[in-house]
Amino acid sequence: MSTVDVIGAVKRYGRVAALDEVSICFGDGEFFGLIGPSGSGKTTLLRAIAGFADLDAGEIRIDKQPVGDRPPHKRDIGMVFQNYALFPHLTVFENVAFGLSVRGRPKETMRKDVGAMLDLVRLSGFEARKPRQLSGGQQQRVALARALVTRPRVLLLDEPLGALDKRLRQEMQIELRLIQREVGITTIFVTHDQEEALTLSDRIAIFNEGKVVQIGAPGEVYERPRSAFAAGFLGDANLFQGAVLDARGVEIGGLGILRTADTLPAPGTHVSLAVRPEKIQVWVEGLATPGADLNRFKGRVQRAVYAGTNLTYKIEVGAHLVTVFEQNRAAHPLPVGTAVNVGWLPVHSVLVAA
Amino acid sequence: MRGFGIWAIRFYLALLLLFLYLPIVVMVLLAFNQSPLYELPIVWDTVWFQSLVHNDRLIRAGLNSVGLALANTLIATVLGTMTAIAFARYSFRGKALLELMLFPPITIPWLIIGTSMLIFFFWIGIGRGLHAMLLGHVALSMPYVIMVVGARLKGHGSALEEAAATLGASPWQAFWRVSLPVMAPGVVAASLFAFAVSFDQFVISYFLAPPGVSTLPVEIYAAIRKGFTPEINAISTIIILFSMGLMLLFARLYRFGGER
Repeated sequence: MSTVDVIGAVKRYGRVAALDEVSICFGDGEFFGLIGPSGSGKTTLLRAIAGFADLDAGEIRIDKQPVGDRPPHKRDIGMVFQNYALFPHLTVFENVAFGLSVRGRPKETMRKDVGAMLDLVRLSGFEARKPRQLSGGQQQRVALARALVTRPRVLLLDEPLGALDKRLRQEMQIELRLIQREVGITTIFVTHDQEEALTLSDRIAIFNEGKVVQIGAPGEVYERPRSAFAAGFLGDANLFQGAVLDARGVEIGGLGILRTADTLPAPGTHVSLAVRPEKIQVWVEGLATPGADLNRFKGRVQRAVYAGTNLTYKIEVGAHLVTVFEQNRAAHPLPVGTAVNVGWLPVHSVLVAA
Repeated sequence: MRGFGIWAIRFYLALLLLFLYLPIVVMVLLAFNQSPLYELPIVWDTVWFQSLVHNDRLIRAGLNSVGLALANTLIATVLGTMTAIAFARYSFRGKALLELMLFPPITIPWLIIGTSMLIFFFWIGIGRGLHAMLLGHVALSMPYVIMVVGARLKGHGSALEEAAATLGASPWQAFWRVSLPVMAPGVVAASLFAFAVSFDQFVISYFLAPPGVSTLPVEIYAAIRKGFTPEINAISTIIILFSMGLMLLFARLYRFGGER
């Protein structure tokens, strides 16, 4: 299998830098998610690895070999496109066999390999169909089989599940991961769906304005976001800004003192803290009091959004509006105007760059 | 009220078809009438078709027309398709202006284009003749080819070619195995269009044809000026059948290769 190294990649479109000094090392057999808002450079990076975009500076290496001067068809990659780009004039069999056919493989090998691949994506028996006779999920699987049949060194996925509805997408996520494990191929995929990135990836890179904001395992990136952008893009976050008071506390204007487990800079320094909405507990005074170690504040329910399995509260705390996610355990959501307490552990106040 | 609306639409449609096809039907019927003076009732005969065989001028003009149309179709389709691909897949300086400049020649009256071509061709030494006519026809039909093929190309985007490249196909392989088959219906439609533009072309041919050389439309025009013989009806009938055959062939091909 293979590694991909992106070293100091720069790509400019006019005066806009689509990639601004991006460096990522994709490990052998890794499932790596690139996530970011549209125009953040994630797709440009994928296309640069595929060979569709030439870098202005920097280098891309596949298995330690620079590929900058190799056109796409000589890079030995597999790619699944956003709308699958299945060849409409060819059957499922011919689509999957395409990569083998242009390589001049014998008919017998082709039949065997395509058959095995269609088995893997559970599409045996569909050989003679045309793409337009398939459902979205089936087309997606044909695209995957077509990309994998040549045993490429790297698999690139450009928003592979974006065109599917939610339920099918969840099914395909599991299937995609299973197939990737079975084949063991190094996989780089682009998505703007944070849940998809967290579910599928071994590691994630968050992009913003052509730069990599943070790289890490899903749990790491989600639990310890390093910047306000990372906290807000991957999941939701309440942001509090204030001046450092002492080694454990930050004075937040219009709220009070907020304690954190992170190492704080010198007193007086201006800092931002992020708190995930699901880490925050809400309780009505006198009913049940959680442990004493919490950051706790008094507030008032300003809005409650009911979504079946969970509830979203907007709670007015001092001068702040705090978002809280809660499992729908109680029979009724707290009515608007209820006086409540909110609290969370100091470890959940995460120090982030503004 | 609704019933009335539907009947009004049907009546309108019938009227439309009547005015469109009745003249043609009359012409075809009269081609089979023995009388040279269009006397009724019709006495069925193929005498005018038989006399066509001996009309050397008309046959020569017909051969010119077909040859010219075929050469024009080949050249205009190949060049036009290449241009359409360039427009759809590459960006280069002045592309927007070039694309814009394709349209005016379609709206400029052919009479004016014909005159200006005649003047220009004499000025640069090309003069009149079949070669000049071919040049004129190609120039006229290429914008249509570019538009018809371009519409098909834009519908698919470049994702298919990129997919072929990631699968290991060289640009050449990608073109023959993916791009061309996918745009084939558009190319066939465009080539029939190019054929029709050339085959029906009167004004340009009339201006650029030297004495002694003519095409079917020019010859028919000349014949009408001398006197309207049923022979014209006969040759017209053949042309009508020929073009209808082309259209049917096109419809069949289009469904055969069309994907959506």
